[in-house]
Amino acid sequence: MVLRAAVLGGGVLLLEILCRLGVIPRFTMIPPTAMAAGLVALLRTGSLNRDLFATFTAVATAVGSSVVVGVLAGMVVHAVPRVRRVLDPLFATYYAIPIWAFYPLFIVLFGLNEIPKIVIAFLYSVVAVIVNTLNGLDRVPRVLLKMARAYRMGPLATGTTVVLPSAAPFIITGVKLAIAYSLIGVISSEFILASRGVGYRLSFAYLGFDNVTLYALILLLLVCVTTINQVVYAWEQTLLRRWGRR
Amino acid sequence: MSGPEGRQAHVVLRGVTRFYDGAAGTPRVHALGPLDLDLWRGQLFSVVGPSGCGKSTLLELIAGLSRATEGEIVFEGRSIKGQVPDGIGLVFQEDASLPWLTVWDNVAFGLRRRGAPAGEIRRRVDDALRLMGLRDFATAYPAQLSGGMRQRVCIARTLVLQPRLILLDEPFGALDQQTRLLMGDEVLRLWRETGATIFLITHAIDEATMLSDRVGVMSARPGRFLEVVETGWPRDRDSRIAGHGDFGKLTAHIWSLLREESLKALGYGPAFQ
Repeated sequence: MVLRAAVLGGGVLLLEILCRLGVIPRFTMIPPTAMAAGLVALLRTGSLNRDLFATFTAVATAVGSSVVVGVLAGMVVHAVPRVRRVLDPLFATYYAIPIWAFYPLFIVLFGLNEIPKIVIAFLYSVVAVIVNTLNGLDRVPRVLLKMARAYRMGPLATGTTVVLPSAAPFIITGVKLAIAYSLIGVISSEFILASRGVGYRLSFAYLGFDNVTLYALILLLLVCVTTINQVVYAWEQTLLRRWGRR
Repeated sequence: MSGPEGRQAHVVLRGVTRFYDGAAGTPRVHALGPLDLDLWRGQLFSVVGPSGCGKSTLLELIAGLSRATEGEIVFEGRSIKGQVPDGIGLVFQEDASLPWLTVWDNVAFGLRRRGAPAGEIRRRVDDALRLMGLRDFATAYPAQLSGGMRQRVCIARTLVLQPRLILLDEPFGALDQQTRLLMGDEVLRLWRETGATIFLITHAIDEATMLSDRVGVMSARPGRFLEVVETGWPRDRDSRIAGHGDFGKLTAHIWSLLREESLKALGYGPAFQ
């Protein structure tokens, strides 16, 4: 933890010095302290609130729906080996498909609103959840399934009280990926075409050579994603410690 | 149904046979039987046999986890037909503790499933933890315990449901010799205190001889009982019975029955016998 902070702090300090000395031109990048000051100023104006709300509502919707659909789909695919044999090659090559290329199609289908970017983010993240759910279900010890039968548990009770908790560490890995992929999906969609959102503001600053706003927004995203990731990571570590895997 | 000396049959097996479907294009596998056995109420009965003779298959049939291809198994006067009847508790060889639950919650698992009142759950779980010497570990997670203690958690989880028939499938197979001996003493103590009938599968002849009232010696596949050996031990016994003069004779007799079958199971011909 200390080493991680030292490496991060050292990197930031080096960047600060290089920017201040002009080794990195200000036109390319601004010093980290200027990014932080820009972010504070931006947040103080309150002009970002509407965009933050739009982006993080879309991300939360995409993560929530991809986790629910992904876990359920994973359970169904796991229960029907024939379906799994058909879908496995698709899962293996899925991320080679440029999903956001379908964004214009979704705008035509759903209009220029929140739905197309949620759909893109969902499509980005759902397969990660399915694949990790399948990994988790594959590793449920057979003896636990026998134990469930010994307690005369039906398929639903076995699924909810034995199988899913047993597969939880893998499902959490899927959730972590879903958060990252959903954020990529939403921000990149907003960057391409949107009327609001952090991605839209990034695109606006990028096209207007407004480096202060651009890097302030990048810093904001970095802070948000790192915080979310650390919370999920801490949860995952707690579970893994209980499981005896750490 | 009553047997010799007024013993009451708790489980009755008649002509029990189990076949498994072979892989595509191969004949079906005759795994077990036909078997006949009367398991007396309150007795501790062990089964020993060569690897692959169908010991665990037999346990699963009695438990109702799988169905006999032919024959019938009757528990407390009712036929077992592919579902675990009420009153039967199982302990497996592998660690079946639930890693996401504390020891206390693991032991309470079955009672909660049954919808027992909270007060009753608390009382029975605390009793089971005390009985198994786990009271100080109630809030620990299984990963924080040794293999032997995890197995005790599984036994406590079974005992808390107060089963009348306890099926143990090589429960000490993964433990070291000293722990196994001590766990054997635990089983004997629990057996005396609960009055349950115990059916134990083991690959260890000394363990079977030490713990049991009767030892069923099985042949190589398809598993049949070659002989059921009466040990004649007093009910109040522990692992020190291994120092009894008859202990060596009994284990030697069981091994003499098993040796040829074990060679067969390993694929050795008569030249090795």
